[in-house]
Amino acid sequence: MNVFITSPAANAVTTDTMAHRRSGRYQAMLLASAGLLLLGGCASSGAPREAAQEVSSQDGRSGVKGDPLEGYNRAIYSFNDTVDRYALKPVASAYRDYTPSFFQTAVGNFFGNLRDLYSAMNGILQGNGEGAGLDVARVALNSSFGLLGLLDIATEAGIPRQNRDFGQTLGRYGVGAGPYIVLPLLGPSTLRDTAALPVDFYGDAWSYMDPVYIRNIGTGVRIVDKRAALLNATGLVEDAALDKYAFTRDAYMQYRASQIEQARHPEDFQLDPRAQAQ
Amino acid sequence: MMHRFMRKMVLGLSGLALVGAMAGTVQAAEPADVFIKRISSDVLDTARDNTRVKAGDTSVILNLVEQKIIPYVDFQRMTALAAGRFWRQATPEQQAALIAEFRSLLIYTYSGALTKVADQRVTFQPLRTEPTDGDVEVRSMVTQSRGQPIQLNYRVEKSGDGWKVYDVNIFGAWLVESYKNTFSSEITKNGMDGLIKTLQAKNKERAAAFSTSAAKN
Repeated sequence: MNVFITSPAANAVTTDTMAHRRSGRYQAMLLASAGLLLLGGCASSGAPREAAQEVSSQDGRSGVKGDPLEGYNRAIYSFNDTVDRYALKPVASAYRDYTPSFFQTAVGNFFGNLRDLYSAMNGILQGNGEGAGLDVARVALNSSFGLLGLLDIATEAGIPRQNRDFGQTLGRYGVGAGPYIVLPLLGPSTLRDTAALPVDFYGDAWSYMDPVYIRNIGTGVRIVDKRAALLNATGLVEDAALDKYAFTRDAYMQYRASQIEQARHPEDFQLDPRAQAQ
Repeated sequence: MMHRFMRKMVLGLSGLALVGAMAGTVQAAEPADVFIKRISSDVLDTARDNTRVKAGDTSVILNLVEQKIIPYVDFQRMTALAAGRFWRQATPEQQAALIAEFRSLLIYTYSGALTKVADQRVTFQPLRTEPTDGDVEVRSMVTQSRGQPIQLNYRVEKSGDGWKVYDVNIFGAWLVESYKNTFSSEITKNGMDGLIKTLQAKNKERAAAFSTSAAKN
């Protein structure tokens, strides 16, 4: 478990061999992503309308505009929902109910820590030096005093998690979201974010973990933990929505647009670290 | 000359009086973020400390919602916004029915969230508007022990001496906007009455679920 905070020399050796192995695939992925991005850039973005201003909206979104792939999306959404209902959700519920909570917290924090490193990189790419610095501070604090990331003391100290990803970086520079796409098993996404996924995988520190069986076990636990964390939210969607697919899509597109907005104007979303608790 | 001077004086004095009166009323009302802070602390503290709420006793929860949340929400405006351009085309009876059903849906849905209140802390960001603005967005963040901070914003409008909430934003998604498409596609397919019927059916289900859960408690 020493792949991440280790001597530069050791890192160089591993990344060199990694890079060599991946270079062919990486280039192919890069080309594919570039192609998708060009398409996405041309497509209209799913920017949310100002609901407050329009009482009589000429929006006319009967579910088709902004969601040209609706037929395909609904099918995949159904598929994901079935897999979730019969496989993932029961496991995640059991995980939430029967594993000790400190273990769940540790798992969440550990993978969150890896994510923070990648988030820092995206912060730099987005030109948000301060945000990137905060992410690095998070990783430093949590990796050292937080026992290799098992404890999230940075959040306690007032530095919240940011979760920047490459799709957000692209959006920050003006790449439109493109149509809404539901990915098999991965869930809601947009054309731009789908194109950005390979970069996210490449930047995922855990994917470099050896031996492979540990990597796979870790990935499995991580997925279950994430799903468990979302059980309350998905329960809410079940209750709140008349049409779960449409509700998820509309909430997701706004959420994503808001994340892009956050990347463009980080100063508007600052948390005051000295804020009082209620 | 005296006449003109007198007129100016009267105008000037009335102007001053008017400004004074307005300033007086604005200062008497609490700012929007203070209002939200007061309401949400009240609700959260009650939800956190009341063991019946945590146990999921639905009648207690609904009571809490009726007393501490409903009076401060403008359901009419919320429903009108969610219905979009179809609102104007609806009859007053349809509008009233839609408001009632949407309101029930929201209450049943989000009351459940109150049982999950535990160690969350809410911090408010400074208002970005003039104190005299009548339509304000209040921004806050909810931090919790697990997961990333949740962005929670409110759109509030002035209502008499106080404020009323007409839209809520979680994680960047506005509630009204999230229902707009569903409403509009339902109305396009089955008309306004169709939408009202669908909501009624859903609310009936939820009411049944609620009362069985209350009976258990």
